[in-house]
Amino acid sequence: MRHLKRNAKLGRKGAHRNAMLANMVCSLITHKRVTTTLAKAKAVRPVAEKMVTLGKKGSIHHRRLAVSRLHQEDAVKTLFTEIAPQFETRQGGYTRIIKLGERRGDASSMAIIEFVEAGSPQGADSKGSKSKSKAKATKPAKAEVAAEEADTATAQAPEEVEEQAQPADQEPQASDVSAEETPDSGSEDTSKKTDS
Amino acid sequence: MGVPKRKPSRSAQRKRRASNSVLHLPQLSVCPECAAPYVPHRVCPSCGQYKGKQVVNIESYG
Repeated sequence: MRHLKRNAKLGRKGAHRNAMLANMVCSLITHKRVTTTLAKAKAVRPVAEKMVTLGKKGSIHHRRLAVSRLHQEDAVKTLFTEIAPQFETRQGGYTRIIKLGERRGDASSMAIIEFVEAGSPQGADSKGSKSKSKAKATKPAKAEVAAEEADTATAQAPEEVEEQAQPADQEPQASDVSAEETPDSGSEDTSKKTDS
Repeated sequence: MGVPKRKPSRSAQRKRRASNSVLHLPQLSVCPECAAPYVPHRVCPSCGQYKGKQVVNIESYG
């Protein structure tokens, strides 16, 4: 009987599930922040916290235990050298799950899982800059409004403004290439440049 | 075995069925940052903030 078995099955057999959880923990370690379904985030959390506990112990034995669970030595290295030292004074509760609401398409509840300590915004930065560049290509006016909001809103705002500057630097290069090929599209690109 | 003494009236039958098909709207709060409605304990979908922190860049979910 399935009494007191609390682990989520996630529609997978045990080996498949363990492999997926290991991969997700490695993604969390490398990116500091992962957007996934709420069920998977809740399943990842205990594994991730146990790995941080191993990282805090820090011996070669614990390092091997972490590798045997995660199968990715580079991720274990960043875990032991960068992430675990941040949590030396914290006794558990190393990760945070933030609920996002339902996903379009299958209406599954989504969530962000991230490390609690200060290193966490890194993943958000890379993600933000990627999406910002896309948003700028289509609707630059909206991005400007978002930048103004970010200025007033929070303490993280200065970082985000810097991110916006980066894609703007990259964009003219791409438009220069297209300008050499077709003069018509080049004129559109210059107008975009003035907008941004 | 216990057996119903009366056939349920049409009213009772309809009330029973209607109560199972009522649609409930989600209980919404007003975002303290942007004053848009949002579901409690979730990230605000219009400004991307949660508990006063910028959690999500909204452009990526537009």
